[in-house]
Amino acid sequence: MANHNAHNAHDTQHGNGGHGSHEHGGSMKSYVIGFLLSIVLTIIPLVVVMNDLLSKSGTTLLILIMAVLQFAVQLLFFMHIRDEEKPRFNLMALIFGLVILLTIVAGSIWIMTYNTVAH
Amino acid sequence: MAHAISKTAGAHGGGDQGGHHDEHHGHHDHHDQESMKMFGFWLFLITDVILFGTLFATFVVLRFNTAAGPTPGELIELNGIIISTFILLTSSFTSGIAVLEMNRGNKRGLILWLAITALLGASFIGLEVTEFIHLVHEGANIGTSAYWSAFFTLVGTHGLHVSVGLVWMVALMLQLSRRGITPVTKRKVSIISLYWHFLDVVWIFVFTIVYLMGVM
Repeated sequence: MANHNAHNAHDTQHGNGGHGSHEHGGSMKSYVIGFLLSIVLTIIPLVVVMNDLLSKSGTTLLILIMAVLQFAVQLLFFMHIRDEEKPRFNLMALIFGLVILLTIVAGSIWIMTYNTVAH
Repeated sequence: MAHAISKTAGAHGGGDQGGHHDEHHGHHDHHDQESMKMFGFWLFLITDVILFGTLFATFVVLRFNTAAGPTPGELIELNGIIISTFILLTSSFTSGIAVLEMNRGNKRGLILWLAITALLGASFIGLEVTEFIHLVHEGANIGTSAYWSAFFTLVGTHGLHVSVGLVWMVALMLQLSRRGITPVTKRKVSIISLYWHFLDVVWIFVFTIVYLMGVM
């Protein structure tokens, strides 16, 4: 029984650290900061778009940057990508996925923009 | 409880040492397996990134091809979308709180915050269904034009992901109420909150690229 207790204590302590990206960090503070940041990053593009504050290309650029920042906030404050232990397989997989994502999206746009046959 | 776990894990590890050693060995084996499952789910999320990437690429390429039919600028009502965006943002936050409660060992709090997350997710889906019905009544269904095909496929795939997440979350709440917080249910909660944050990220891009740019 004593063993079990010691074991459980060990489990609760360690169980938080080793699981790849997720469980380690997660203080209330980091969640609240992340939540507030994500709200601000949602309101800024809304205000800009609804009041036509910028030119069309300026707005497009701004709201895309806000979306990418929002992605970073979720990744850092909610998904705790920073807390992953080495080797950082999760981060590597993510970067690989993003490279493929950018290739597909940018490649498709590029090809279809200059595809004169289609127009 | 810990005993039962170390037994199953011990079977994997082929542990023939007795007593304490076996348990210790079994624990680490089990631990590795759980973290491997987390990593496996992370890889699934990466493939989902690619799935949504292809849908976004299709949508962006077809964004002007409305075939003389209704355009997004005419039909999209931003107010409902803004509400559902904040609902999903909040639910991403509440699923994080659920994980905090879990790490604190508070089973009731964990189930409560998961339930709040699921309710927010359900209202998001409710709003989305209402929006789709509205669009179809206004004459924009999935076959109206290339634009609306891409629109419904992209937004619908995200909605489907959220719906699957809801069913999964309810099942997990039932399991938690029966089994409590164990290493296995812990891993499951961590995975579903990861999934939920991921869906929020996808929605942010749907919101920006489909809706905000659609009404510009």
